[in-house]
Amino acid sequence: MGRFERYGQGLPAVDAGELKGRLVVVEGADGVGRSTHIGLLREWLESHGHAVLDTGMTRSALAGKSLKAAKEGHTLGGLTMSLFYATDFADRLENEVIPALRAGFVVLTDRYVYSLMARAVIRGADADWVQGVYDFALIPDVVVYLRVSVEDLTTRVVQTAGFNYWESGMDLRLGEDMFDSFVEYQRRLLAHLDTMAGQYGFHVVDTSSSVEAVSERIKRIIAPLLVSA
Amino acid sequence: MTVYGGHDVPGRLITVEGIDGSGKSTQLALLQKWLEAQDYGTFLSDWNSSALVREATRRGKKKRMLTPMTFSLIHATDFADRTERHIIPPLKAGALVLADRYVYTAFARDVARGVNPCWVRNLYRFAVKPTIAFYFRISVDDAMRRIVGGRDAISYYEAGMDQHLSTDVNESFRLFQGAVIEQYDRMVDEFGLVVIDASRSIEEQQMRMRETVITALSGVRKSRIRQWVDSNVTAKACRP
Repeated sequence: MGRFERYGQGLPAVDAGELKGRLVVVEGADGVGRSTHIGLLREWLESHGHAVLDTGMTRSALAGKSLKAAKEGHTLGGLTMSLFYATDFADRLENEVIPALRAGFVVLTDRYVYSLMARAVIRGADADWVQGVYDFALIPDVVVYLRVSVEDLTTRVVQTAGFNYWESGMDLRLGEDMFDSFVEYQRRLLAHLDTMAGQYGFHVVDTSSSVEAVSERIKRIIAPLLVSA
Repeated sequence: MTVYGGHDVPGRLITVEGIDGSGKSTQLALLQKWLEAQDYGTFLSDWNSSALVREATRRGKKKRMLTPMTFSLIHATDFADRTERHIIPPLKAGALVLADRYVYTAFARDVARGVNPCWVRNLYRFAVKPTIAFYFRISVDDAMRRIVGGRDAISYYEAGMDQHLSTDVNESFRLFQGAVIEQYDRMVDEFGLVVIDASRSIEEQQMRMRETVITALSGVRKSRIRQWVDSNVTAKACRP
């Protein structure tokens, strides 16, 4: 029995016992600062001599480009989108994450199955169906959940990237305009992530303090994993 | 989310299954002609036909990037798009939807590639249950005789070359499709597939199909529109 376990059946032809690295997941809402913290974490890990691979949604060689192109149109249905993301996830898991773990890397992943499951459920998928779809995922060593309130998130998004069609759940049209839809969509996502935090044992990190303080807190969570890595 | 067996639609869904070379597409085309001659509105839906997903599938196959899991998931994504766009809406409109390959193709191929049978059945739980699902049963040898004469070559994934069963394409095809047939045979009872003996004459097989389909047509509205025009039908020739 390996150190890594799976939620369900697991991938054919992968022996989880030979995976020596560490799998660190950073979860959180759109615009909460996940990529900033992953960048800081990467520098810190590398300066301590750990090899790092970072990966995130829509970056797969197989499905990344097509998924982004599909999102440019207006015809991508909820089920199709969920499964396109699952394809992208599986391709990265098999071709990036697992080989890196086999080689002893620390893998930092910007989101994981949790966000994907939450988005699918909000778009009408059955929770047990989507859990079944993703049950081949490896159980991470740690899930850092960057927690934010919808109010803080809105302020942050206005000042940075602005409101985006999909991050506002505009395919669901949850409000009269993009702002209203964003607030309702993110409120639903956060509710799902908060529920999953208990269910899957996330380490919840409050993001209302400074970037430095949040980063320190994340490092303290991850440090114990690195002792024998 | 409505699941397999739970869709309540006025249309009818007729699907054909079988390995390459079983003659299922020929039979489906003949069935469509017959239905149209009776003024039924039909809609043909092909496997691997989603415009949104096709490019990724094509690249994955061409560059041989697909593993059993991603092969399974990319086809499920394609199928989801087909379901949301080309299967459920025409069925709700009361059409006869004819599908060349359906979820059973995925169950047979993916399981033959080592994917967990329960996992893949759950993956496709959103699919509409067909009114009638035909399975064209043929031996690997008969299928090979038809393919080798008729087409350029057997493709890499079709031959299961990714499974490294043999370095010889023909031998690999024989072994892999043999495993696929084994999966189809197991599904006959599980899903109530209607078996057509594909070694019979084309006319006999078509007769058998029509006899079965006629029992499912009562109450279906006839339409004067001959065929639903769809880019999928014309794009068929371009598919990888």
